[in-house]
Amino acid sequence: MTTTINGTVAEKGLAVTLDDVSFSYGEASFRFNAEFAAGRVTAVMGPSGSGKSTLLNLIAGFETPRTGKVLLGGVDVGNAPPSARPVSMVFQENNLFAHLPVEANVGLGRSPSLKLGDADRAAVAEALARVGLAGKEKRLPRELSGGERQRVALARVLLRARPVLLLDEPFASLGPALRDDMLDLVAGIHAERKMTVLFVTHQPEDARRIGQDMAFLDEGTIAAIGPADDFFDRSGPDAFRRYIGDRGGTVAGSQHIARKRT
Amino acid sequence: MQPRSDSRITAGVVALAAIAVLIGGAFAGLILEGAHDLSGAAAAFDGYLFRVARFTLWQALLSTLLSVAPALLVARALSRHPAFAGRRLILQLFTVPLALPAIVAALGILTLYGRAGYFAGVFARLGGGEWPGIYGLSGILVAHVFFNLPLATRLFLEALGTIPADQWRLASQLGMGARPAFRLIEWPVLRAALPGIAGLVFMLCITSFTIVLTLGGGPAATTLEVAIYQALRFDFDPARAVVLTLLQIALTFVVVVVLTRLGANTVGDANLPVAPRRYLSAGRMESVLNAGVIALALLFVAGPMVATLLSGLGADLGRLAGEEAVRRATLTSAGLAFLAALLSVTLSLALIAARRALALRRRAGGAMSLLEHATDTGAGFVLVVPPIVLGAGWFLALRNVADVFAIAPVMVVGVNAAMAMPFAIRAIRPAYDAASERHERLCLALGVSSWNRLRLIDWPSLRRPLATGFAFAMALSLGDLGVIALFGSDSVQTLPYLLLARMGSYRTADAAGLALLLGIVCLMLVVVADWLGREGRS
Repeated sequence: MTTTINGTVAEKGLAVTLDDVSFSYGEASFRFNAEFAAGRVTAVMGPSGSGKSTLLNLIAGFETPRTGKVLLGGVDVGNAPPSARPVSMVFQENNLFAHLPVEANVGLGRSPSLKLGDADRAAVAEALARVGLAGKEKRLPRELSGGERQRVALARVLLRARPVLLLDEPFASLGPALRDDMLDLVAGIHAERKMTVLFVTHQPEDARRIGQDMAFLDEGTIAAIGPADDFFDRSGPDAFRRYIGDRGGTVAGSQHIARKRT
Repeated sequence: MQPRSDSRITAGVVALAAIAVLIGGAFAGLILEGAHDLSGAAAAFDGYLFRVARFTLWQALLSTLLSVAPALLVARALSRHPAFAGRRLILQLFTVPLALPAIVAALGILTLYGRAGYFAGVFARLGGGEWPGIYGLSGILVAHVFFNLPLATRLFLEALGTIPADQWRLASQLGMGARPAFRLIEWPVLRAALPGIAGLVFMLCITSFTIVLTLGGGPAATTLEVAIYQALRFDFDPARAVVLTLLQIALTFVVVVVLTRLGANTVGDANLPVAPRRYLSAGRMESVLNAGVIALALLFVAGPMVATLLSGLGADLGRLAGEEAVRRATLTSAGLAFLAALLSVTLSLALIAARRALALRRRAGGAMSLLEHATDTGAGFVLVVPPIVLGAGWFLALRNVADVFAIAPVMVVGVNAAMAMPFAIRAIRPAYDAASERHERLCLALGVSSWNRLRLIDWPSLRRPLATGFAFAMALSLGDLGVIALFGSDSVQTLPYLLLARMGSYRTADAAGLALLLGIVCLMLVVVADWLGREGRS
C-alpha cells in the first residue's frame, strides 16, 4: 500500500492473468494464455490485426471472452462492467468529452455523476499539476494540443488510482520528442504507483524506453513473452525480428525503420 | 458490447410499445367495427368506393408526372449553372413548401387561380367566359405540383451533385457538348434517382388529405382519405369508413413495399446541395432555355406564397388578433404542437438510443435481432398508416366508450408526434451515433451511465440536433389538418381547423389573415430547425 499525492490509498499493481481466453470478432479469432506480473511494465507489440487492442479490451471489459477467464490479482472478474474493474485504460483518441472542460473530464474519474466536493477539486488540481497542466482546469479539450489532451487522460488515471493501467497506443499520433516526454511521464507515474502497465505500441524504441517486459502477438495469440531486453538481441524470436525489420539485429537499425511508420 | 441490461434498450422498448398501442388501437377499432357490421361493410363495396379509389390513384399518377418531369428540367438547369446571383435564394425558396402547411398553400393557390382570384380576370378574357376557378382535379394537381416540384428538384439536384468532379473535368477535356454530357454523365445519375423520387411523390400524393379536402370541391374529386373523413364526420357511416380505411392501408402498404424495393428515401427532406466546381459551361442558347425553365418554376412556386402574403396583409389583422376564437385556437395550437413535438423527440431519441445500444451489443458479429429491426424501422410504420387512418380507427374505437371530441387533444398530440418521428429521427440519429462512437467506451470505463450519461454527456452533445428535430416536429404538428379535422369541435379548435371553418363559411379575408399567421410561424420554426442543424454540423 502506498499513499498517493491526493491522499487516497492506491493498491499496488495486480497480476493480470488470461486463462485460456478465447474470443472471436467477425472472421478473426483469438486465444490468449498469459500472466503479466504485478507492478511490471509490459510492452505489447505485434502486426496489425494480431489482437493487441482485443487483448486490452478483454482485460478492461469492453469485450467478453467466449470461453476462459480473465483474472486480476487472482480474482476472476467474470462479466463485471469496465467501470467496476480495477483497471484504467487510455485510448489512442477520444479520451475526453469534447464539451466538458479539463477539470470535469478529470473529475469524472472521481464521480460519474460529477458531484465534486472541495477535496475532490483539490485532488483534480493536484493531478493536473502532476502531469504539467496546472492552471488549465477551465480549458476545453479543443483548446489543448494533442499531447496535452493525453496528459489530461493521464491525470484522470492518477485520480482513479486503479492497480492496472492499459495504454492502447495513446501516443501514436504524437511526434517523437513529445512521445518520449509522455513515456517518461508514464514511467514516473509507474515509479510512484507501481501499478501493472500494459502498453500497446508499434515503436520498438518505446518498448526499449519504458518496457520491462515484452509480449509479442501474432495471428491472434501471444507468440512470445519475456524480458524486453531479450527481444532485442540476436536471440529474440524470429517472428518478432521479422516484424521490426531485422537489419543486422541492432536496435538502431530497427529504430530507423520504425520511425518511418509514423 | 456486453449482454448486460441497458436502460437505453428499455427506453426503446417503451417507445416501440407506445407506437404499437397507437397503431394497434386504431386497427382494433377498425376490426371491431367491421366485425360488428359485416353486412354493412360488404355493402360498402359499391361503385362509389371504386370511383374514389380510382380517382385517388389517377390524381396521384398525374401529380407525380407533372411534378417529376419538370423537376428533371429544373434540376438540370440549376446544376448547369452552379453560380449565379440568386441561385441560393431560389434553392431556399424551394425548401419553403416543405414547411408550409397544406391548408395555407391551398388558400394561396385559390387566392391566385380561384374563381375570385388575382388571375380570374386574365383567365376569363383568355377563355372567353366566366372563369370557374380551379376546383376539382386541376386544383389538386396545381397544389400537388406546388409541393412536389421543389422537393423533386432538390432531390434530383442532390443526385446530380454526386457526380464526381473528375467526370466533369474529363468531359471538358474531351470537349463534350451539352447533349452528350447529358446523355453520358447526367442522365445515368438522374435515371437511377428517378424511381425513388417518383415513388416518394406518388406516396405523398395518395395520402394527401388537406389539399383534396380544400381544393377537390365535390364528390367527383374525392380521394380515399377525404372519403373516410366524410363518412365519419358527415354521413356517419362507420361501415363505409372501415372499408375505405382498409383500402387506404392496403394501397399505401403496396406503394411502400414497392418504394422500399426501389430504394426510395421515404422521408424526403433534401439537403441544400453544395455546388461543386464545374468545368463545363453552358452555351448561350442553352443558358437562355435554362433561364426560362428556372424562371417558370420560380414563378409557379413563389406565386402562391406571394398571394398568401398579400391577401394576408389585406386582412383586418388587428381585429383577428383581438378575436376570442383566434386567440384560443392559437393557444391550443401552440400547446398541442409543443406537446406533440416533445413526445415525438422523446420517442425518437429512445428508439435511436436503443438501436445504437443493440448494434453495439451485436458488434462482435451476428444477425440483427427482431428488436433491433423494430428500433431501426419502427417509426417507418407511421408512413404506412397515414394520420387520418389512425384517427379514424381511434374515432371508431372510442365513440362508444368516450366523448370523441373531448379526447381530441390526446389524439392530436399522439398522432402528430408519431407522424413527425421519421423527420425527428433523421435530424437526431446521425448526431447520436457519432457522439456514441466517440463516447461509448469512455462512458463504460468511467461508469457514466443512465441518468448521469444523459445529463452530462448526451444532452450537451445532442442539444442542437434535438432542437432541430423539435422545431421541425412542431412545425409539422402546427400545420396539420388531419386528426383535428376528425376530432375538432367548437370546444377544441386549432389554427388549421379554424382556418378551414372560416374558408367554409366564405370569410375569405379572415382565412387569409390566419393563413399568413400560420405560414409565418411554421416557416420560422423550419428556418430555426435548419439553422440549428447546420450549426451543429460545422
